[in-house]
Amino acid sequence: MSAIGPAEIARNSWLTMAAMRRVLRDRPMIPLLGLLGILVVVIELARPGIVNTPWVGAMIRGAVPLAILAGCQTLTMITGGIDLSVGAVASMSGFVVATFVSSPGGWPVGLAVALVAAILAGFVTGVGVGVFRVHPLIMTLGMSFVVLGLSNVWQLIKVQAGGGVPRELRWLGSASFAEIVPNSLLVFVPLAVFILLLLRRTGYGRLLFAIGDNPVAARLSGTRAWQVLLVLYVLSAVLAAIAGFVLTGLTNVASVTLGDSAVLPSVAAAVIGGTSILGGRGGYAGTIVGVLILTVITSLLSSLGYPEAVRQVLFGSIIVAVAAAYTRVTSES
Amino acid sequence: MSTAAANFDRRARPIDGFVSWARRNAWTLGLLGLLAALLVFTKLIQASYGVTGVQGLAISVLPLALAAVGQAIVVISGGIDLSIGSMMALTNVVAAVIMNGQSEEFGVVVVVGVLLLGLLLGAINGGLIVLTRVPDIVVTLAMSFVWAGCALLVLKVPGGGSALWLTNLVLGSLGNEWIPKAAVALLLVVGLIWIPVRRSRLGLSLYGIGSNQLAAFRSGVSVGRTKVVAYSLMGLFSALAGLSITASTGVGLPVPGPYTLQSIAAIVLGGVSLAGGRGGIFGPLVAVVILSLLRTDMTFLNLNSNFATVAQGIILIGVVMVGTLVRFRERRA
Repeated sequence: MSAIGPAEIARNSWLTMAAMRRVLRDRPMIPLLGLLGILVVVIELARPGIVNTPWVGAMIRGAVPLAILAGCQTLTMITGGIDLSVGAVASMSGFVVATFVSSPGGWPVGLAVALVAAILAGFVTGVGVGVFRVHPLIMTLGMSFVVLGLSNVWQLIKVQAGGGVPRELRWLGSASFAEIVPNSLLVFVPLAVFILLLLRRTGYGRLLFAIGDNPVAARLSGTRAWQVLLVLYVLSAVLAAIAGFVLTGLTNVASVTLGDSAVLPSVAAAVIGGTSILGGRGGYAGTIVGVLILTVITSLLSSLGYPEAVRQVLFGSIIVAVAAAYTRVTSES
Repeated sequence: MSTAAANFDRRARPIDGFVSWARRNAWTLGLLGLLAALLVFTKLIQASYGVTGVQGLAISVLPLALAAVGQAIVVISGGIDLSIGSMMALTNVVAAVIMNGQSEEFGVVVVVGVLLLGLLLGAINGGLIVLTRVPDIVVTLAMSFVWAGCALLVLKVPGGGSALWLTNLVLGSLGNEWIPKAAVALLLVVGLIWIPVRRSRLGLSLYGIGSNQLAAFRSGVSVGRTKVVAYSLMGLFSALAGLSITASTGVGLPVPGPYTLQSIAAIVLGGVSLAGGRGGIFGPLVAVVILSLLRTDMTFLNLNSNFATVAQGIILIGVVMVGTLVRFRERRA
């Protein structure tokens, strides 16, 4: 009885390979959290003592803007779409707020203007995708050109007015409560709860999955896809604008191309988190872990002192490896 | 029997043949009309636009045109490649670094080597997509980091050099001063590679796996192999595009240009469906010229060059909207 023989292993079905795969498939969070844990252990081994409270705070502060942008990707990817305009909208929002700092009304007016601009951009995107059935990739790509161009025009108009990142945004983006808990969680936690509940508990969330899983079936069962998509892309633009505020506060930079470099990582984070780019499958909890994984990988690579070039190569390879492992584990066959 | 004969007779009339050819190529013909109108418009607003303008246009479109051809091949076969900008940067710097200060004859070896390198990069992309079964967009997105990192490893800051004959290949004109060498080189290269491919079994397979992968598989097409070939061709064209940058600028630029998203915009304008299986190579080429000429016109009109970005986005969205509407009409009729 003391040793477990092969027969016992077969009887305890959870010990077999197939059963483990089933657990991994049904609970994708387990391997993702495992990977995150392994990465933290690796970074602690590579640089003993680096993992402490300030480090965790820095990781979270860095991850929040990316996590909000990855939320845009998660929502749109569930419907089989993608939002490439999040970078341009985020940069635009942060920039607009900064240009209003020295104007009458100050940054709150800028905040309102930026939100209205983002809603407009999202509305146009939604009309294009929902009503005119333009491919989301093209629609959001075109919209990112439009937003970038218009923010550049705005930059030329306001260049004399000057301005800077408002203190309030810096407080939100880069300060921490009691030097431990980042203030940006004040924004992020409600947003994350909202997205999670939206996807898991509301009819609207189910409609998103329905459209992504089988658009024809969704239409035949009475879904008005254009309304759902219109709301979705407005929501995505508003989220991107909020991410832009936090990002501007975090980096203390207001630039019309600030968020561009976050677009591809936001897609990568959603994919690593188990949201299918083909639609109909995924969730925000996985995406958040995906963002944390990417942030920790970046921290690991830079703490190892590799040059930027090597970091990029490893970053790309790791994304392919994780996505491949994920596809292998979760595939039906 | 008689109706069949009548049909046959009707088809035999040359004018009907022309009509059906024009209908099949309506999109490209429309683009050519737009290009002609734009050229007339350019001449009207800038009377001095002439030989130098055409020369400059031919050289400036060369990299994007080659990139768009590669992107078109991949998209026709049902994929998409987000790493083309990085592959161009990598091949560009490899060529510039190795050719720097070497003899002209050695330059020939380098060019052949870089083209082979391009084929290899593309084959790696395609092989990863086939082996891991991760969606194309995710794999190429991740590989774009890898190739960009490799480019930075080869060359940290812009530098290097180009063989003289390579530069002479694209600068200047051939015979008549109205025929820029760059345009001749472009048409020659694209024709020499694409026409044999299109006419062969391989070309049919490319369109086949793009329009219906399962049907293609059941008709005996090796889907995986065809996909790898499509991405290898893409790699070859990105190497050509990278070499064209080396040739026209004489240096290597390790940071990827805006070619990835621009190439997608160009092929969609050129009538290639993102769903795969539809479109050709000529349309995207015309679209690239239109986009470039538009930018030139904006400068002539003394418009803020940022409006060119806006205009590009609006045209991209507008044209695709019109195209989608036309296709819906056709399906209903």
